[in-house]
Amino acid sequence: MADGRAAMGAANGSTNKADPGTLRQESGPPGPQLRVPLLFLTVFVIASCGLIYELVAGTLASYLLGDSVMQFSTVIGVYLSAMGLGSYLSRHLHKGLAQRFVDLELAVALVGGFSAPILFQAFAHTHAFRPLLYGLVAAIGTLVGLEIPLLMRILKPQVAFKDLIAQVLTLDYIGALAASILFPVLLMPKLGLVRTCLVFGMLNALVGWWSTHLLKPLLGNRKMLRIRCVAVILLLGTGLAFAQRFTLMVEEEIYADEIVYAKDTAYQRIVITHGRGSFQLFLNGGLQFASADEYRYHEALVHPAFSLKPGAKRILVCGGGDGLAVREILKHPGIEKITLVDLDPAMTTLAAQMPLLRELNKGALLDRRVEVINQDAMVWLNEQRQVERYDLAFIDFPDPHTYSVGKLYTTRFYKLLRKALAPDGVAAIQSTSPLMARKSFWCINATVEAAGFQTRPYNLSVPSFGVWGFVLASPAPFDMPKTTLPDLRYLTDGTLVGMFAFPRDMDRLPTDINRLDNQVLVHLYASEWKRWS
Amino acid sequence: MRRRTFTAGTAALGFAGVGCDLLKRKKHYGGEILGPSLELGHKVRDVQLPQPTTFEDVDVVIVGGGIAGLSAAWRFEGQGFKKYLLLELESQVGGTSRPGGNGISPYPWGGHYVPAPNRDNRALVRVLKEVGAVESFTEQGDPVFAEQALVRAPEERIFAAGQWWEGLYLRAGMSKDDDQQYKRFFAEVDVWVAWRDPQGRRAFTIPRSKCSDAPEPQALDRQSFKQWLEKKSFTSERLLWLLDYACRDDYGTRLESTSAWAGIFYFAARKLNPGEESRPIITWPEGNGALVNHFKNVCQDRIRTGIAVGQIIRISPDAIQVSGFDSKKSTALGWKAKRVIFAGPQHLAQHVIPTLWTERPEGVSAFHVAPWLVANISLRERPKEAGMPLAWDNVLRDSAGLGYVVATHQSYRDHGPTVWTYYYPFTGLDDRAERKQLQDMDWQTCVNLVLDDLRKAHPDLDRYVARVDIVQWGHAMVQPRPNFLFSEALRRAKEPHQGIHFAHTDLSGLALFEEAQDHGLRAAEEILEAFGIVSPSWR
Repeated sequence: MADGRAAMGAANGSTNKADPGTLRQESGPPGPQLRVPLLFLTVFVIASCGLIYELVAGTLASYLLGDSVMQFSTVIGVYLSAMGLGSYLSRHLHKGLAQRFVDLELAVALVGGFSAPILFQAFAHTHAFRPLLYGLVAAIGTLVGLEIPLLMRILKPQVAFKDLIAQVLTLDYIGALAASILFPVLLMPKLGLVRTCLVFGMLNALVGWWSTHLLKPLLGNRKMLRIRCVAVILLLGTGLAFAQRFTLMVEEEIYADEIVYAKDTAYQRIVITHGRGSFQLFLNGGLQFASADEYRYHEALVHPAFSLKPGAKRILVCGGGDGLAVREILKHPGIEKITLVDLDPAMTTLAAQMPLLRELNKGALLDRRVEVINQDAMVWLNEQRQVERYDLAFIDFPDPHTYSVGKLYTTRFYKLLRKALAPDGVAAIQSTSPLMARKSFWCINATVEAAGFQTRPYNLSVPSFGVWGFVLASPAPFDMPKTTLPDLRYLTDGTLVGMFAFPRDMDRLPTDINRLDNQVLVHLYASEWKRWS
Repeated sequence: MRRRTFTAGTAALGFAGVGCDLLKRKKHYGGEILGPSLELGHKVRDVQLPQPTTFEDVDVVIVGGGIAGLSAAWRFEGQGFKKYLLLELESQVGGTSRPGGNGISPYPWGGHYVPAPNRDNRALVRVLKEVGAVESFTEQGDPVFAEQALVRAPEERIFAAGQWWEGLYLRAGMSKDDDQQYKRFFAEVDVWVAWRDPQGRRAFTIPRSKCSDAPEPQALDRQSFKQWLEKKSFTSERLLWLLDYACRDDYGTRLESTSAWAGIFYFAARKLNPGEESRPIITWPEGNGALVNHFKNVCQDRIRTGIAVGQIIRISPDAIQVSGFDSKKSTALGWKAKRVIFAGPQHLAQHVIPTLWTERPEGVSAFHVAPWLVANISLRERPKEAGMPLAWDNVLRDSAGLGYVVATHQSYRDHGPTVWTYYYPFTGLDDRAERKQLQDMDWQTCVNLVLDDLRKAHPDLDRYVARVDIVQWGHAMVQPRPNFLFSEALRRAKEPHQGIHFAHTDLSGLALFEEAQDHGLRAAEEILEAFGIVSPSWR
């Protein structure tokens, strides 16, 4: 960040130093008397705003794209060259400089102020993040590059040239210094990127409004100009009000890494955080995967079941809206149809479209064999009257921390699942941690058995989760899986067999059966995990 | 590492939010009052119906298609006896258990659950077996209930002190004394669970016809539940609230207007042995409407709806004339039957059967019937709330209403549109005045009563409401007031009168599904016996 500040200062200096020529050309008759000291204050404010937009863009790019040295360098480079362009373009402005200045402030306010919210939206919903990032940085840079030359030309008739240069540049540097200190110390921790951006946009717009007073003698009809100022301030204020209303400040203290995406859907809160060379997906605060080690989890969920039914054609996935299980399923030849039933359309859309997720799941949800059904899996299963049954089913729900998720771990659910499976079909069921929630794990296993399945539970270690467990289940008796695909990252034939051994501290305990009318698992799970939080 | 604030979702939400919020502003909701058909009912009362000229021969006419009438028909069908007709005033059978529904979900219009019966209640076990709610039987003969038929957890929650709590009895903040009184009350109940009269009969069981009529339980009926509780020094506010709620919920009465016998019956009748947990609850999205639909399927083509019965008169020792009026075709209809089952309420019996007045002069004045308002509130979305999530039954402690049940609960739907069925009993002592008051309420007044109550717990409810439909049950539930349950009037009301047999919950003094079913079976079996058809009883 120190580099950025230095580069910025140098840039401002150089553009401003290039200006005297322009000024000399333009010296006309002395203008009306202006309140010069207050106009110098304006320089301080716009200098701070200019640096803030640059810092916001640099920070945002390094969070979302990683590699902060590269992101900061490129953002600063584009920004500074755009400022140069702006300074150069200023020569083409001739008439009504005061009004141009006010309009310029409003333009900076809008483009700069909304830059962070626009970029976050673009990252989440489009493929055009990088072009938009550099486009916005260039636009803001160009506009900011116009500010100082324009202001100096306005002030020129009022002040001796050597004083003008000295004072404008001094305040320009001080403003930059103030912003560079405030940004990491106060603005980022207290306001966050989006609000910082909006607040500084409002400052730019206020400068515009304030200038309609200071430059009164130079302005014709100020009414329209002021209406425009008020409109921009209101627009930014509305953005800020909504940013305030959905404030995430409390939440952000909970997550270990930076939140790069957050959305309240009709069903849950989706949060993606980024940091330490990995990104993580949370649903209602519960970690679903970390990109660094999710391959362990998803290989273990998918491939053991396939080794029992290598020729499986019709696959059911319940939950798993992130598309990562589907990615593993698609590694097997001969798949004809994958039905993915996940409650939340926002989740499956995100997995199909957000570059970050789509890259990780290898575009699995866009495969033509995949049918995505956005429905509660239990409601969907209950309504199925299909003749053709599934060869394999992968049940990948969040842990049973509420009644509405807990119902997906009941005998009733597993009985409905059995009806959807072929008589020799196999299901693999995510079953929480047999170490941290030992009774919960064995309760799930016992519940699956009570629904008429033969089961073989297994476990592995997933660093970001801990020791994790699954239950392999089939209505028909089945042997231990022995072989798996070559070239997986975690599973080998050897580790496959090893997963089915349970150390003594995770071994089977007698438990109740989780039924729809008692939901014992929800209480059991809550009491077991309480010890670890 | 120091956390830096970073607000991605903030903006995303902010901008999405602006648009949605403007659209979501208080929308107006629709709805209507759906019945019952008062006009036709009052025509019966005021005998303004035209007389039929021809009378169709049939062995048995069942008048009234509530649970009692349907159970009688179900019994006939079970016997292979098909020479009967069932006449219903409304356009749908089911009475106060009739089902409703819309594009969101089926829902109940009244009776919405039955407690899982023990093996002694053979009639209820039989019908539950037929609908698949009983899957099998243990070696001891106890029914095993299907998981999906039992109410899904969480069953109940209560709104008190500004938030929702799990369960119906508020445990949060209870004192040691509260807890002791709570336990002592159930110990008192267990005394009655264990009690047997000299003939070995229980004091409390279901149906009522199997209860002992010995002096000890009868003595309970001569005092109010409130008096009994005072005598036993029960003072715990939250215990008394729970018991009062039970009275309002099951009987439409208050502690002071409930017979102590009925108060204890509520808690004791379903237990086989002392110390047992209370029975689980069986329910369906459409409530007991699911059982109504089953009965309807069993006896489909012998049901006639929209028929107002004006008069039932015996014209010879084995012929009873039933005159009716088809409201759909606006024509008079008549039947000549050997026997009649009058499965309507007592207040109608007096009007329809002219000879009843002279024989039973004490008449209907002994019967008090609570009016109820039932509202089905269709919601586009569910209100956002923290804490204890939506349960099947959602009760507001500080309310004269009983709260609401969630129609989508049993169909596993935990998100999106739903229908709430809200119940409001009129529990005042002057039931006639209360009935008048209810019937004078227009749709908007009813809706205000309902939504004002619910807004206490759901301040943002209005933005989710799509429709509010109302039914005003003038005669919803017979009230088990003191000195009524063992009265001469009630005893005589069950007796056949000139070939007319009676079946209705009024005759038990307890408006329960099981009682309606028991009376229906009794009346049907009385007739089968009179016809010389011998078969083991289903009761």
